[in-house]
Amino acid sequence: MGKGSLMTSGRHAGRSAAFYQPRAWIAAALALLAMTTAWSEPATAESNRPPAPYAYKQLADSRKEAEATALMTELRCLVCQGQSIHDSDAEMAGDMRHLVRTRIEAGESPDQVRAFLIDRYGSWVSYQPRLDRETYVLWLAPLVLLLGGAVLVLRRIKVRR
Amino acid sequence: MSRRAWLLLPLLLFIGFVAAAAWRLSAPSDTSVRSRMVGRDAPSFAAAPMLPERPGVAAADLKNGKPRLVNFFASWCVPCIAEAPVLLDLQKRGVVIEGIALRDDPNDIRKFLAENGDPFAAIGSDPIGETQIAFGSSGVPESFIVDGKGVIRYQHIGPIAPEQVAEVMAEWEKARS
Repeated sequence: MGKGSLMTSGRHAGRSAAFYQPRAWIAAALALLAMTTAWSEPATAESNRPPAPYAYKQLADSRKEAEATALMTELRCLVCQGQSIHDSDAEMAGDMRHLVRTRIEAGESPDQVRAFLIDRYGSWVSYQPRLDRETYVLWLAPLVLLLGGAVLVLRRIKVRR
Repeated sequence: MSRRAWLLLPLLLFIGFVAAAAWRLSAPSDTSVRSRMVGRDAPSFAAAPMLPERPGVAAADLKNGKPRLVNFFASWCVPCIAEAPVLLDLQKRGVVIEGIALRDDPNDIRKFLAENGDPFAAIGSDPIGETQIAFGSSGVPESFIVDGKGVIRYQHIGPIAPEQVAEVMAEWEKARS
């Protein structure tokens, strides 16, 4: 929003003036935001305590910080559910970032840290699902569909001939 | 099958898809994350005493031959207020309850206990969620029944409602035997 809508406002006389008023759009967006935050408030009640030390602080070693960050984008926030712990401001996501950073700092590999969390919360906590009893349909379905499609296409080609 | 009947197949597939979607949308999805620790030894953890005059909770304490209910709670957690009278009821029925206060402060905890009652035999402090993650718990309130050998036998997610007391008592009896 902003410049673009102002520039086009002269050319599209058919639309109402309000449509191109950035202020009206911003007000609507704010109203929507207020509605959604009011809705989600009870679920995200938080303490007034300071965050975990490594929730927002990066590791001194940039290589380790890069490893930790890569892992954090692949771990699901348990209380927000649509976000990774890297993207979430929920306190529990901060606690999990602290756990990831301190374990990586202590010399654990990202796979070990991921395994630790999967061991507690199931493969659901990871955005990189492993092939196992619960996820084999997820991995095999595309292959089965692709093979099925190939069979259909081949039969079509044969019929044409 | 005749060619005509085959033509109906896409329509049937579509109806099936709509029916499946409507069925899944009508049932509210369960977004709670169950702990994989149920049925396993309680993790090693040490939650320091929240209040200096009362004991904290540590893994070693959970293997003394007696079962207990480990309750994750917080003074800032609204559903925990609703759960408080139920915990007092469970305590009256003989359930030993040990609290883990998540991201909390002694003054706030004292105020919370004064206002809502105090069913806890011990209260450990979990300032940055380490104990919570060790248990595979993802929120407050949450309760775990740990048997006398230190094995987690049951997880209850969310506040224990009065009508769920019977279920929790049944699990408690199982953990005692």
